[in-house]
Amino acid sequence: MSASIVHPNVSEFDALLKGDKPVLVDFWAEWCMPCRMLGPVIEQLGEKYAGRVAVAKVNVDEQPDLAARYRIQSIPTVLIFNKGELVDTQVGLRQADVYAKVLDSIIDK
Amino acid sequence: MSERIDIAVIGGGPAGLSAAVNAVARGKSVRLFSAGENPLEKAENVDNYLGFYKISGAEMMQKFRLHAESLGITPEKGRVVNIMPMGDRFLINFGGNIVEASAVILAIGVAKAKEIPGEGVLLGRGVSYCATCDGMLYRNKNALVWGLAPDAVEETNFLSSIGVKVMLVAKGERPEELNSQIPFISGAVSEVVGEDFVTAARVGDDIHRTDGIFILRSAIAPAALVPGLETEKGYIKVSRDMETGIAGLYAAGDCTGTPLQISKAIGEGLIAAQNAAKFIDKSKS
Repeated sequence: MSASIVHPNVSEFDALLKGDKPVLVDFWAEWCMPCRMLGPVIEQLGEKYAGRVAVAKVNVDEQPDLAARYRIQSIPTVLIFNKGELVDTQVGLRQADVYAKVLDSIIDK
Repeated sequence: MSERIDIAVIGGGPAGLSAAVNAVARGKSVRLFSAGENPLEKAENVDNYLGFYKISGAEMMQKFRLHAESLGITPEKGRVVNIMPMGDRFLINFGGNIVEASAVILAIGVAKAKEIPGEGVLLGRGVSYCATCDGMLYRNKNALVWGLAPDAVEETNFLSSIGVKVMLVAKGERPEELNSQIPFISGAVSEVVGEDFVTAARVGDDIHRTDGIFILRSAIAPAALVPGLETEKGYIKVSRDMETGIAGLYAAGDCTGTPLQISKAIGEGLIAAQNAAKFIDKSKS
């Protein structure tokens, strides 16, 4: 498990949203095979953006309230927040550069 | 995770078998994944492949397969659900197991499936293609399975077993293997209904309220199979080297476009395998 990725509960997640960094959160579960394929991509992003973006993973079985809040109906789903606001939703598998482009566009502003 | 192989070939038709044979001939380790029956099996008579004439499609496929088997290639039956390009390798979700490969050749044929109204816009908002991936999110909720693939019954039984209130829609009569408490409707889904999220599905003249719909087709659209894969009119875009826009990912046969013929498929399989082998040699050096 990578040190650059956080695994927040509801209050920790809310604190991340209020923080000064953009937040990328990957909703996943143990039993979801595509989620496990996305895992290494999220870890890459965590390392690449360490200190600039809060990269988080939320297990939908352990944090059902967060999954319900964002009406997650298919996993993996990756949400990207900037200044607490949802700016991007990616349902399903994507290549790393799809997320990177969104993050770069936020950071460059 | 199993040991990384050189080349994963997806599809057991003429293009896939040709690719596998030629990849082995270049000393590469190969696994071939095949969802099942090939349309060629059903051709009564094949007359447009040079050197083989007045031969049945089944007989021809048998010869292709024997050739592959003589080189130690045994098609592995099962469904490839996703392929994830990682930059330096690929992760392949083969029926719930992750296989790692340096290069991938798609020889997946043509998906006859047409998207129905509402399907694309509500994908991930109640529409799913994978019961084992998303099923748990529908525990204690209503879901409808539209079964267009042979494994749909099994998947429906699975959803029921984890606590989804599920019904199956499929053509023909109620399948015997379907658990007796699961409702069955004979027919086809013509529309997915919902604004932000799925609320219902139309089957014939009836509207069935549901929280989710699992559309289980034998063939998955190429773009849904590999994130970032470029297609044109449903066919995978390739160069003359049979390379897609993703490095290390090749395609061959009907999935790349017309003419949908055996000789073209076999030729493309050869080209794809040669270039995949070159790609691997280059990235190793």
